[in-house]
Amino acid sequence: MLTFITRRILLTIPVLFLISVIVFSLLHLIPGDPARVILGQDATPAALQALRVQLGLTRPLWLQYVLWIGGVFHGNLGNSLQTGLPVAMLIGQALPVTVELAIGTIIVSGLIAIPLGIYAAVHKGRMADLITVFGASIGLSIPPFWLGIMLLLLFTVHFHLFPSSGYVPFFQNPIQNLQSMFLPVVATAVREAAVLLRMMRASLVEVLGADFIRTARAKGILWRVVVVRHAVRNALVPVLTQSGLQIAGLLGGLVITETIFSLPGFGSLLVNSIFSRDYTIIQGSALVAALLVVGVNLVTDLCYGLIDPRIRMGKGA
Amino acid sequence: MARTELSVTAPGVLRIRRRWRLFQGRRPTLWIGVGIVAVFVFAALFAPFITQYSPEQVDLFHMLAPPGGSHLFGTDELGRDLFTRIIYGARTSLTVSAVAVIIGAVIGVALGLVSGYVGGWVDEWLIMRIMDALQAFPFLIFALVLGAVLGGGIVNAEIAIGIGFIPGFVRIARAQVFLQKETEYVQSARIAGAHWSRILLRHILPNILAPIIVQISLALAGGIVAEAGLSYLGLGVQPPAPSWGTMLKTAQGYLTIAPWLAIFPGVALALAVLGFNYLGDGLSDALNPKG
Repeated sequence: MLTFITRRILLTIPVLFLISVIVFSLLHLIPGDPARVILGQDATPAALQALRVQLGLTRPLWLQYVLWIGGVFHGNLGNSLQTGLPVAMLIGQALPVTVELAIGTIIVSGLIAIPLGIYAAVHKGRMADLITVFGASIGLSIPPFWLGIMLLLLFTVHFHLFPSSGYVPFFQNPIQNLQSMFLPVVATAVREAAVLLRMMRASLVEVLGADFIRTARAKGILWRVVVVRHAVRNALVPVLTQSGLQIAGLLGGLVITETIFSLPGFGSLLVNSIFSRDYTIIQGSALVAALLVVGVNLVTDLCYGLIDPRIRMGKGA
Repeated sequence: MARTELSVTAPGVLRIRRRWRLFQGRRPTLWIGVGIVAVFVFAALFAPFITQYSPEQVDLFHMLAPPGGSHLFGTDELGRDLFTRIIYGARTSLTVSAVAVIIGAVIGVALGLVSGYVGGWVDEWLIMRIMDALQAFPFLIFALVLGAVLGGGIVNAEIAIGIGFIPGFVRIARAQVFLQKETEYVQSARIAGAHWSRILLRHILPNILAPIIVQISLALAGGIVAEAGLSYLGLGVQPPAPSWGTMLKTAQGYLTIAPWLAIFPGVALALAVLGFNYLGDGLSDALNPKG
């Protein structure tokens, strides 16, 4: 087990290094002079030079990287080019909104997908299964941002049930917070639920065909007990771990959801910084997003390895 | 009679017939997918023959006209025919997605072939770790950031989405090469002195095409959503060019007075994604009957 954990963590180190190189390179990928792109064509030579110095562009490339990564290790992601505020602070303020949205999405999608996935697998090949699978394929095909707009149209414009935008922190007013988060969560959760449902169904169908299920049935255990206590528990392990690996897709989807519902989260910060050409925020956001994904994937892999011995015994690069 | 006919048929024809048989039978998912995709491809190719309007033709006398009459899906805030813009939007969407998939598939499959065949540190510590790093960036965030650096527009959207597709193709090609490279026909080719590039391109690649084709179909669906997402955020196709994403962005401002502006482009988008998803799932079932 220790070998598995060590190997998995060792494999993460070059990935983290490469992520840092990609993020650092972003500023240097800008065609032409980054300072001129940021300040525009009318900028004075003095202003351009001042920005180049602020961004450290006058130093050798390797030194720029060393200074930048040194700052990252100390939690310093630089300052916003527009407001001068620390990027780490801005991300820290925005992240809780996104985390709340992500947690809400995971809970709602799980509540939809797991019971329906179990139901479909148990009734495999019957009408109920076909309808559920068809529903999942529809859910998978509806882009969350269009669903978000449709939910706004129906529940905000038509029925006036939810606010169209805005965010109230949970500890300030829990009711208003849940009202402002309900539609964004549903908009994102439908697609996630469809993915999860398909995984749950496939996993349970496979487990239900296993020998130990036949043995349990042969022993005279009630079908319902066999499904709940033997099959579902086994089928859930790969589903839950796989869903952990979906975090990257979920984070990406939340960017648009936050924009549609004007939630002041991580995605909105990124999108706004793109339009204000605030490259230090763009760099910081990209780095934080990638680190979040790597972190969640690492924890998921380690948990999977802990639960399932086949994973830690295998090669699994 | 059929046996006699088969016995005199050329091997190439027999192979085609065998492959074709895989697609016959009860495969509704596949055929629904083929049908939907065919409709969108037809619309994209023959857009000028399907509609009498131009997608950028402004008509200030018919702004926000509801669906019906001479405008099947109504008109937008500038009086442009929505049906026409959706048809031309299909052209934009499919083109961006197809180019992105070509970029992702060509680079991804090439790297996957090399990674799987060469193995060792090139595979484990170089190519796969670069892919891990690329996959650490959420797909849309990566495309957004790259779009921010390179600038908005169709070409940059295609590049950004295409790069995002590379890791998926690398992983599929690599896994398949691992399975194939220990088989007898590859060993025989190696013993016969064939160059590694010939073994990869002439022997292994044709035998691993099935999962790659499935991935292409699913990636096309992903590309359509990504293009719409980037355009919605203002970093993909730029107005006045028709794109489902920009149409939805504009529609959000007119939800109370012209809801059809948000409904029709979204239905088109969801249908196109459904078509490619069904096609991918159907191909997966047909090409991997055991799986």
